[in-house]
Amino acid sequence: MTTAVPPAKLTGQNSTLAKVLRAGQFAVCAEVSPPVGPNPEAVKKHIDMLRGYADAFNVTDNQSAMVHMSSLSVSIMLQQAGLQPVVQLTCRDRNRLGLQADLLGAAAFGIPNVLALSGDHPIWGDHPQCKSVYDIDSINLLRMIRMMRDNQVFENGKPIPKRAPDFFIGAVENPFAPPYAYRPFRLAKKIAAGAQFIQTQLIYNMPRFREFMARVVDLGLHEKVFILAGVGPIRSLKGAEYMAREVAGNDVPDWILQKMSGLSKEDQAKCGLDICCEIANEVRGIEGVAGLHVMAVSWPEGVPKVVEQLGLYPRPALEAAPAAQAVPA
Amino acid sequence: MSLRSYWQDHPAPLVWAWKATEAALVFVKPLFERVGFERSSAIVHPVEELGKQILFNCQGCGQCVLHYTGMTCPMNCPKNLRNGPCGGVRLNGHCEVKPEMDCVWVKGYERVQKTPYAHEFFRLNPPVDWRLEGKASWVTFSLGKDQVTTGSETKVRYATEVLPAGATERGQK
Repeated sequence: MTTAVPPAKLTGQNSTLAKVLRAGQFAVCAEVSPPVGPNPEAVKKHIDMLRGYADAFNVTDNQSAMVHMSSLSVSIMLQQAGLQPVVQLTCRDRNRLGLQADLLGAAAFGIPNVLALSGDHPIWGDHPQCKSVYDIDSINLLRMIRMMRDNQVFENGKPIPKRAPDFFIGAVENPFAPPYAYRPFRLAKKIAAGAQFIQTQLIYNMPRFREFMARVVDLGLHEKVFILAGVGPIRSLKGAEYMAREVAGNDVPDWILQKMSGLSKEDQAKCGLDICCEIANEVRGIEGVAGLHVMAVSWPEGVPKVVEQLGLYPRPALEAAPAAQAVPA
Repeated sequence: MSLRSYWQDHPAPLVWAWKATEAALVFVKPLFERVGFERSSAIVHPVEELGKQILFNCQGCGQCVLHYTGMTCPMNCPKNLRNGPCGGVRLNGHCEVKPEMDCVWVKGYERVQKTPYAHEFFRLNPPVDWRLEGKASWVTFSLGKDQVTTGSETKVRYATEVLPAGATERGQK
């Protein structure tokens, strides 16, 4: 099992995720989907279920362009409950002002990790009639966060008063969407923009992912960024079919559908778990993979099951982290 | 549609036209300065818009990046990405939002290989300055108002800064 070399100078100082990755430990991230209603109990239930199952927890930002409780507020709840959040920020719903306002708020509450995405287009969501923002794109959002942190300036170039917000900055990449030859280069663009860790799209097409990682390693990018491989259990054949056909940017091969067909409901879920773990175990052996990002595909209970089945629970206490080796930013 | 994509797929004349335009725009800069930005833009814009709408389905952002993006207008992307493609591209290379449309960034990547600007696909294009929307891109370019970096950076970055030397050539088949 190989892990990436710790990159960059000491940024994201309060980030456990950064410490785990920089110590060379295999990291686990999990995804938390905020509730649709205003009920904080739903978040607390989630927190209890997931506590201890991952080093950090991504809180999605109006996932699938459907309205949810805000990513920032759920991240704060997680933080206060002692779970390390990764606040996700999409460019779909906010312009530069809104994004920076949320980043300042996140910094004020001591949220150590942020993940920048373009965001699913509203056409996929429950408010297809709304105006999408897309004032800047994910790469310019990464750039903006990096400059806020490293240069203590807002996007307009004006200085940020008092202190710079400190974030461990993440981004996403989808190895399964064309043009395949360009995807590793786009990853390089994100690194140049400021990304320190990458979470990939859900992996079901192993040959494609191997190809992508081989290219990434060939380009030496795994030494400049920590790559967390995205995995997730599919609960049912119906879910698998839906993902294969309807969900943008997903590549669910036929063998998964075939394997699941003809099974009872319970067996389908079990099959989904087994497939996910099989893929996760294969992924762990690939050079350049520094950790896993476990996503719940409308099945939050699946996340602890996967982590347990992979033998990654409980998460090891952080060893006294060695001083981060100096590697150029 | 097909005529438009024919020229974009065979971009040699477009590249030539851009080079001529670029040289001309540097030449007329003093004139634009004397006439003033708003007035120059108002005069030039109808001509530029007509040509670019026919050839590129120009969306009038006023800060053209066509030669950086394979002569394919990124403002046709429903997410207005200046650094695409997003992760939602369909397996057949079409747009996730408009299934009948080719992803502009997939097309741009193909086309840029046929131009002398292949390295520009590694450029971190700065965000759109929405104040320039509807202005003549030729004038904003000439007067240096387009492509202004934001934050603390004065220079546009390239992905090649984090790549080993020669890596980009190997990636282009």
